[in-house]
Amino acid sequence: MSVIYLLLAISILIALVFFAAFVFSVRKGQYDDSYTPSVRMLFEDELLPRDPEPENPDHQQNNTN
Amino acid sequence: MEDTSCFHCGAPCDLEEIRYDGKPFCCNGCKTVYQIFQDNDLDYYYQLEGAPGNSPASEKGRYDFLDDPLIAERLLEFQDASHHIVVLSIPQIHCSSCIWILENLHRLNPGVYSSQVDFPKREARIHFDPEKISLKDLAGLLSAIGYEPSITLEDYSGTKKKADRKLIYQLGVAGFAFGNIMFLSFPEYFETGEFWLEQYKGLFRWIMFSFSVPVVVYSGSGYLVSAYKGLRSGLLNIDVPIALGILVLFLRSTAEIVFDLGQGFFDSLSGLVFFLLLGKFFQQRTYSYLSFERDYKSYFPIAVTRLLDGGREENIPVYEVQKGDRLLIRNGSLVPADSILLRGAGEIDYSFVTGEARPVSKQSGERLYAGGKQLQGAIEIEVLKPVSQSYLTELWSDAAFSKSSKTGFRTLTDRIGKRFTLAVLAIAFTAAAFWLWKDASMSLNVLTAVLIIACPCAIALAAPFTLGNLLRIFGKRGFYVKDTESLERMALVDTAIFDKTGTLTTSRKNSIRYTGIELTEQESEVLKNTLRASGHPLSQALYRQLAPYNIVPLDDFEEHLGQGLEGRVADQQIRVGSSRFVRGEDPSAEEGTEVHISANNAYRGRFIIQNSYREGAGRLLERMGHDYSLAVLSGDNESERAFLGELLPPLTPMYFNQKPVQKLEFIRELQRQGRNVLMVGDGLNDAGALAQSQVGIAVSEDAGLFTPACDAILDGRRFSELDAFLKITRKGMKIIYLSFALSLLYNLAGLYFAVTGELEPVIAAILMPLSSISIVSFTTAATNWIGRTLKK
Repeated sequence: MSVIYLLLAISILIALVFFAAFVFSVRKGQYDDSYTPSVRMLFEDELLPRDPEPENPDHQQNNTN
Repeated sequence: MEDTSCFHCGAPCDLEEIRYDGKPFCCNGCKTVYQIFQDNDLDYYYQLEGAPGNSPASEKGRYDFLDDPLIAERLLEFQDASHHIVVLSIPQIHCSSCIWILENLHRLNPGVYSSQVDFPKREARIHFDPEKISLKDLAGLLSAIGYEPSITLEDYSGTKKKADRKLIYQLGVAGFAFGNIMFLSFPEYFETGEFWLEQYKGLFRWIMFSFSVPVVVYSGSGYLVSAYKGLRSGLLNIDVPIALGILVLFLRSTAEIVFDLGQGFFDSLSGLVFFLLLGKFFQQRTYSYLSFERDYKSYFPIAVTRLLDGGREENIPVYEVQKGDRLLIRNGSLVPADSILLRGAGEIDYSFVTGEARPVSKQSGERLYAGGKQLQGAIEIEVLKPVSQSYLTELWSDAAFSKSSKTGFRTLTDRIGKRFTLAVLAIAFTAAAFWLWKDASMSLNVLTAVLIIACPCAIALAAPFTLGNLLRIFGKRGFYVKDTESLERMALVDTAIFDKTGTLTTSRKNSIRYTGIELTEQESEVLKNTLRASGHPLSQALYRQLAPYNIVPLDDFEEHLGQGLEGRVADQQIRVGSSRFVRGEDPSAEEGTEVHISANNAYRGRFIIQNSYREGAGRLLERMGHDYSLAVLSGDNESERAFLGELLPPLTPMYFNQKPVQKLEFIRELQRQGRNVLMVGDGLNDAGALAQSQVGIAVSEDAGLFTPACDAILDGRRFSELDAFLKITRKGMKIIYLSFALSLLYNLAGLYFAVTGELEPVIAAILMPLSSISIVSFTTAATNWIGRTLKK
């Protein structure tokens, strides 16, 4: 019957894990700037169609680096 | 003229248009930045946003002081042999392209490891290798691409502001406890006497108890402390009934579970604290890139160039400037201390310090005051007084800057709080006394129940959410208010005082008119080409104004620093400049900014250059004249008295030649007469008046640039809507009153249960969040409704 103790313990433990995650994220400064990351995630690894002439393999190589 | 705008910065190309790569640019600076980005495959910059750039400032030697290890050490956040971290404030950051280019700095210079932009703060944190790129070169690199870091005395002397995250932690703890306690208390809401529930309720209750301890001790601590402080100084602020509610909730709930009387009100307790903190959080959100506390420190440079014997130069922190030092002041730099001009022609712009619009020419031997900006060429000066004792900085020793005039203000909520607390206590004890007589065992129950249910959660939320939302609405429209308290003070204003230069007028646009003998075609052509050769701001303004003429090479050109220009094509000679230079007469005292012209040594006439008044300024003042008493305080001379008089409503008092201290005293005098004064200004010369007035609004062309300490910053383009903002603030206060009435209804409903001794935990658990949520939605909807009249 004492399974309720186990369940309570587990549920509180899980809650505490999430709470610890919250504290960790605040401490890391994730709540300091709530705007920039939303922009930053949109421009990763943009590959430009910089040179319309595809016969320039050197340039292509540079861009993919 | 063709109507094109610069591909890089978006400014109109009216001065000259440079074509490069098939694209128009307004100046060589912009073209160069474009080239740099092209060469480094960074032209994605221009795809993110149209014309995102800034025109770069080109001043060599400006960041030389960063080579000084002592100065650099103060600025660096972290340093070891091959890795430095610096956080630079870059006011020019304004769009996603800016973020992108600054975070790709490593592609422009291999010495940069990485960089990260904090957009709300307009800051970039840059990791770099000091062996490959020095801090000075880094600043130079940023400058060259149009992101000139602003490094001021404040960075040097200021204690690094640490992010205050306490409120977020408190909110997190309260929210965490609130959710979990809600789960644990749910079974007992509806089911009592059930077998398994009876068996385990003790366990559930004690877990709830342990969750609520940190809520009271940590999350709610601010309210307890504030109430204690209030009581000690004899004030019944709104935190007193809140703290009373929190404590009573906790103690009664604990007593209930100890004596097995019931499940307690732990859910309501944590919910209450959670909602209260949410309100605080909403209220606290401000514009972190704006500073409302600036004094002269953030206007002054961090270091200056000291001249040593034998022509050597040395960079020293501005604090170390001693009496007798000889300093080199470069073009566009500030004079950091009161001093004497030794060499070079001074052309000093004091507009920011004194409000005087006309730059003054100074000859060697004349005295210069701190805060003036040297407009042309480099000068050498000898310091008379250390920085902290100069004419300008002495203003900051006035009592107005200790904020005493503003700290005495009591918010509406606190004023209501006093009456509310007294009423609640009266009801609680009357009801308790009644039950003592009728059924003594119920008495304590009723007393605590009244204190719990009357806890003014909804009242405490009304002002933060109403004013917090107004702050947000205003902020979107270019009116940045420091905090909600400033908004409350703004609603009480009855007198508005305006500065002239930079406030009613704008430095962005000049109106130029010519009086005198009409110039011939040939004279105009030589004039235009002479002006073209000069970098002086007045020459450039005039150049832009004149009709386009052919560009012809000058046969002869001479620039007399601080005096004027001389140009000759064939036998046509032109002199442009000050009255003294052109016709040998000293300018009259009422003269504004004027440029005189002579052709072949015969005097022709003069261009009068006026800062134009902001669009709609006249109409704004007229509208405001109905509701407020107005006055204009100007540091400028009387040259525009007549013109200004037409603009203002009749009989508006105008005062000219006002020194900063006089402005401050003027405001103080009005306050002695019991007025609530709004000061609208822009420069350091208004700083005293802005600090002294109930509400100081600084008008700024660019909110990221320097503004003196104030309560609100108004974007210059929004100047004509000032009265609309003020009107909405007044309406906002009405919304708060309505919310008070609304929350009192909830309190009355709750009191019925409390007084009759029937307050069940489930009722409290429903009533409290319900009242809070309805107040929040009412205030949010209402403020959005009154804010809709503002232009986007």
